[in-house]
Amino acid sequence: MASKAIYFRCLAVGVVASLLPVAGMAAPLSLVLEAHHFTPDHIVVPAGSRFKLLVTSHDTTPDEFESPDLRVEKILLPGQTISVMAGPLSPGRYKFYDDYHPEAAHGIVEAK
Amino acid sequence: MLASFIIVFREVLEAGLIVGIVMAATAGVPRRGRYLWGGLFAGLAGAGLLAALLGELTQMFAGNGQDVFDAAILIFAVLMLAWHAAWMARHGREMATQMRDMGAEVLAGQRTMKAMAVVIAIAILREGSEVALFLYGIATAANLSAASLISGGILGVLAGGAVSWTLYRGLLAIPLRHLFGVTSTLISLLAAGMAGQAAALLANDDYIPALGYQLWNSSRLLSTGSIAGKAAQALLGYSDRPMGIQLLAWIVTLCVLLWLSHRPSKSKHSSAGNLNHA
Repeated sequence: MASKAIYFRCLAVGVVASLLPVAGMAAPLSLVLEAHHFTPDHIVVPAGSRFKLLVTSHDTTPDEFESPDLRVEKILLPGQTISVMAGPLSPGRYKFYDDYHPEAAHGIVEAK
Repeated sequence: MLASFIIVFREVLEAGLIVGIVMAATAGVPRRGRYLWGGLFAGLAGAGLLAALLGELTQMFAGNGQDVFDAAILIFAVLMLAWHAAWMARHGREMATQMRDMGAEVLAGQRTMKAMAVVIAIAILREGSEVALFLYGIATAANLSAASLISGGILGVLAGGAVSWTLYRGLLAIPLRHLFGVTSTLISLLAAGMAGQAAALLANDDYIPALGYQLWNSSRLLSTGSIAGKAAQALLGYSDRPMGIQLLAWIVTLCVLLWLSHRPSKSKHSSAGNLNHA
């Protein structure tokens, strides 16, 4: 089951990466949302440059990846992976959360 | 319960503020009721459909399907508002001041009501699909607290609806001769905000240049994460960290809409009678 999930994640990453060749940008960072928790829940990105997050849901119900700090609001259905572009950020800590379960599912993007 | 109340209230409020302004802006248009209801029900049906198809939509446009769709319907709503502004400039004043003498205006009124029904439907579609998915998640999670979450959601719908209704009634309390000026300004701001949001969505996915990713940061003053910030975003197009292209789209749209709604009327019979130009 876990290997299947990883396979799909790699497939999703591969498909998105091949369709969106972005020059001069770091490799996308992957996040998994499972049981209403983000893994990892602390991501470090370089300050001052654009970056991409790939968020995959292993939850059983719809989630909404949201962050006013990162200017993101995107619905994430079970089993799907969404790509989120953000930045450039000035150094600091930026909150993100699942707006449908904000108490449990939240994390931090740290720009250094 | 409080959490689900806040989530649903926020979404309903965002759509409801737009609906309230559209209702006030079309006050006096004959037979508008069925178009307003039509827009409402089309929006609710569309929200359900969008929620059901969101999985497929997300995968379109190289994973940018949600953003591209959102931007497309926002731009469509802006065009409808512009059309309404142009039409109201020509006919709105007569309608507001000579309510009894309409005749041919009735037919023309139906056309602007169609445009405004589309705007209402789009506003409800955008926020309604989020509410639908949120409530669907609660319903399928078979959570013990589902009943309390659902009641929070229902209270959220009622409270959001009440605020919108209050906005509508408040606008109608404005004397008729000033109402046109106030609503046309509000419609212009709505359209500018929508155009700015559409531009920001497209720029964030690299379809158009951003012209600066963050012109300023006023999130300490008013965060778009707060309810007041969301309301300012829905009403005025406020953003606490605007992109260059977003501000540009906002300014251009605002200027065009204000020009459309305030340019002198060319129709001959507008010179007759006691017209109050805003």
